[in-house]
Amino acid sequence: MAFELPKLDYAYDALEPHIDARTMEIHHSKHHAAYTNNLNGAIEGTELAGKSIEDILVGISGHSTAVRNNGGGFYNHNLFWKSMSPNGGGVPTGEVLQAIEKNFGSFDAFKDEFSKAAATRFGSGWAWLVKKEDGSLVVSSTPNQDNPLMDIAEVKGTPILGLDVWEHAYYLKYQNLRPNYIQAFWDVVNWDEVSKGLIG
Amino acid sequence: MKFELPQLPYAADALEPTITKNTIDFHYGKHHQAYVNNLNNLVVGTEFENADLETIIKKADGGIFNNAAQVWNHTFYFTSFSPDGGGEPKGALADAIAKTFGSFEAFKETFAKAAATLFGSGWAWLVKDSNGELKIVQTSNAGNPMTDDLTPILTCDVWEHAYYLDYQNKRPDYIASFWKLIDWDVVSARI
Repeated sequence: MAFELPKLDYAYDALEPHIDARTMEIHHSKHHAAYTNNLNGAIEGTELAGKSIEDILVGISGHSTAVRNNGGGFYNHNLFWKSMSPNGGGVPTGEVLQAIEKNFGSFDAFKDEFSKAAATRFGSGWAWLVKKEDGSLVVSSTPNQDNPLMDIAEVKGTPILGLDVWEHAYYLKYQNLRPNYIQAFWDVVNWDEVSKGLIG
Repeated sequence: MKFELPQLPYAADALEPTITKNTIDFHYGKHHQAYVNNLNNLVVGTEFENADLETIIKKADGGIFNNAAQVWNHTFYFTSFSPDGGGEPKGALADAIAKTFGSFEAFKETFAKAAATLFGSGWAWLVKDSNGELKIVQTSNAGNPMTDDLTPILTCDVWEHAYYLDYQNKRPDYIASFWKLIDWDVVSARI
């Protein structure tokens, strides 16, 4: 079965003023839709048809550039929409907070490291909070639509929080001020979803 | 020596509607300026403190390369435009394009495809190689063909910041409009 563009759990304007409705609409209905369609086109009639997106990504070094770019784009945006909520923001609690404090020293230290990874990614890409195989948490960044699931990633693991720093993610509202967009992201982070990723 | 933001040879609103004043104000006034400022800060105390841009591009890496190449690339891009642009190249460039690509239309199509398919941030280029042959190449992020001993003739910036305010996800529409702005007198002289 072909991959489908997921519906969002909230309205396009639900993350205002942090992420504006126009950006959300174009980002989801145009960019994410294009990655989804192009991924389906790239795997149609190949041995990858019918595989899960995770299975495809972990063996990405053996697949085409089209599968890498569009499979990454499909998966990364799925996680990104889940990473945000109109009821998000603030400081995590419980196991997430404990895990962050254990791995980064404090929540503020984690925020600084993640924000820096997002701000200093040159060109297009993503910042991630990654759960490694040994259970430890690290911050990483990948170019373009690569991600930590891919066998080509420098830092491998399961991403449990992702921030898109392609210019299309913020340019209509923040233009050249990427750091302001990163700052705003913290007001919509869906810590419940991060918690699911941590435990799952 | 301090690097400086070059003056544009036209007003910020002169390329409308193809490229809006709003885009120029950010692209030239903020992005290009930031690359100049970053480069000036980064070279202090390095071997590149008194080097020219071309030398830095060919020898540096990391942040110094990124900012130096982006200064050069943007200057090259912005100075390719004129509010009276469009049409076709002349003289030796026109002859070389006809020889290499068959026709100006065929060249435009190949160049536009290179610009449309560069994944992520980067640039499409018409270049001349060391044998004098024309080629079309793509570079990612700050990449510049001079590092491969190629001479740039024309470039199209396909970082999203170059077109997102005016065209959003429709990069091909930006590329199609780009041709209306090309100052072929300037570009033809580069060969």
